[in-house]
Amino acid sequence: MNFYSIRAIYKFEMARTWRTLMQSVASPVISTSLYFIVFGSAIGSRMVAIDGVSYGAFIIPGLIMMSLMTQSISNASFGIYMPTFSGTIYEVLSAPVSALEIVIGYVGAAATKSTILGLLILITARLFVDYQVQHPVMMLAFLVLTAVTFSMFGFIIGVWADTFEKLQIIPLMIITPLTFLGGSFYSIKMLPEFWQTVTLFNPVVYLISGFRWSFFGVADVHMGVSLGMTLVFLLVCMLAVWWIFKTGYKLKS
Amino acid sequence: MSAVISVNNLSKIYESGFQALKNVNLDINAGEIFALLGPNGAGKTTLISIICGIVNPSDGAVLADGHDIVRDYRKARSKIGLVPQEIATDAFESVWGSVSFSRGLFGKPRNDAYIEKVLRDLSLWDKKDSKIMMLSGGMKRRLMIAKALSHEPKILFLDEPTAGVDVELRRDMWEMVRKLREQGVTIILTTHYIEEAEEMADRVGIINHGEIVLVDEKTRLMQQLGRKQLTVHLAAPMAAIPAPLSNLPLTLADDGMALVYDYDANQERTGIEELLRTLNQHNIEFKDLHSRQSSLEDIFVDLVKNGVNREAMAS
Repeated sequence: MNFYSIRAIYKFEMARTWRTLMQSVASPVISTSLYFIVFGSAIGSRMVAIDGVSYGAFIIPGLIMMSLMTQSISNASFGIYMPTFSGTIYEVLSAPVSALEIVIGYVGAAATKSTILGLLILITARLFVDYQVQHPVMMLAFLVLTAVTFSMFGFIIGVWADTFEKLQIIPLMIITPLTFLGGSFYSIKMLPEFWQTVTLFNPVVYLISGFRWSFFGVADVHMGVSLGMTLVFLLVCMLAVWWIFKTGYKLKS
Repeated sequence: MSAVISVNNLSKIYESGFQALKNVNLDINAGEIFALLGPNGAGKTTLISIICGIVNPSDGAVLADGHDIVRDYRKARSKIGLVPQEIATDAFESVWGSVSFSRGLFGKPRNDAYIEKVLRDLSLWDKKDSKIMMLSGGMKRRLMIAKALSHEPKILFLDEPTAGVDVELRRDMWEMVRKLREQGVTIILTTHYIEEAEEMADRVGIINHGEIVLVDEKTRLMQQLGRKQLTVHLAAPMAAIPAPLSNLPLTLADDGMALVYDYDANQERTGIEELLRTLNQHNIEFKDLHSRQSSLEDIFVDLVKNGVNREAMAS
């Protein structure tokens, strides 16, 4: 392992975060606060409790997951897209670093950033709703696993995209619908039976459900299944990244 | 002399089907300044990119300081610094941050004293805290060099280092390259400014259509291929070359005011004496004489444009 190289990439990426602090941290926190005000306080006060959890508290894990996923993707995809766009990628490609080290640097930084963000939202939520985390260790595990998985997914998108439009299209057209339909704001048990079955094909359901379980001890699908599925997505993304570096896909001609 | 870079049967065919390199063989000696000359699209950048690990080779192998660039890429790449042709920098990073990043990326522990030295040598020290976007074009180019030197490479590639650079900066850069060579760094530069190769290089390689056409020491190349010309400026215009001179390799200038004599300076008998004697005998008056040696540029144009082949040059 080339520790100095990993640290250089990681530090460089984190420096980008601090430079764009407003945009990378403040704006997701503000938008989530708005969700809490609208859904949690205004609408939530008229909703019945779900599985014994007040609606305001119920949406916390969903909202965190939603931000975590979109932010992980946008951080990581932007992190690798910009060097390929500006041409500075030549330096990383000509450096004595392995694919694994490059991925640890870029994905690690993106995941760190979105994990911090997730925790910030968790703290912000406290201002609006009272909640407890029953399984804090599992909560952190889900948080980090999801951040890493989606950062890796973002890395793949960043390599694949050769225009800014492509960079935006996957998060916009696929991830946003999947998170909205994945039970961020409702329990999938509230859906008609047919749609419940359809929903089970949505990977985001497992992430949100598992994460929610770590808060309240109740879940749409069994926590073990959630954890298993999360690990499967991680593995799929790792395989895709491995393939990218093995073939040099879009990185090297 | 030992080869610090050894390219063996290297070929590159891009996905589009374009063959950028055809079976290239090339040895670069340790400690030399090697200039790779060639017109645009000849394969210079592809060759460099493969050696540096940015482009995958289709066939063949390259050893850098004895390490295979694919199998042993870590050792090979840690010896190499690359200054690419295009200036590509992160606009918002500081000069110091950017150069420190490069050092870390190449696996070297932090060494502020060394980075300070590099920045001072390149007259960038005053700008160390400036954001890169605030730098001028020439400064950005020097920054690219600083980044390439940040990990103390043994081999430095300069891809078109002085393209779009003003005269003063070009002189500075040449000076810097010479200093690096004195420190034992091997330098490979590509250029299509022949003047640059003529000024700097120990050896010159000419590449065209993906093939190495010729590799030789610059001085020998210029001697062997260099032709000399003597121009005799006449006192009165001449309609045609007079009969007594017709057996000499002479051409008459368009305006009839000068005779141009091609000769080989390496020959024992250059024929100049005979020419002047003949002119005297026939009372052809002349005002002035001047001789010139063909430059590397003339040689290059001959090789690349007129397709002079290797056999002709070997003779």
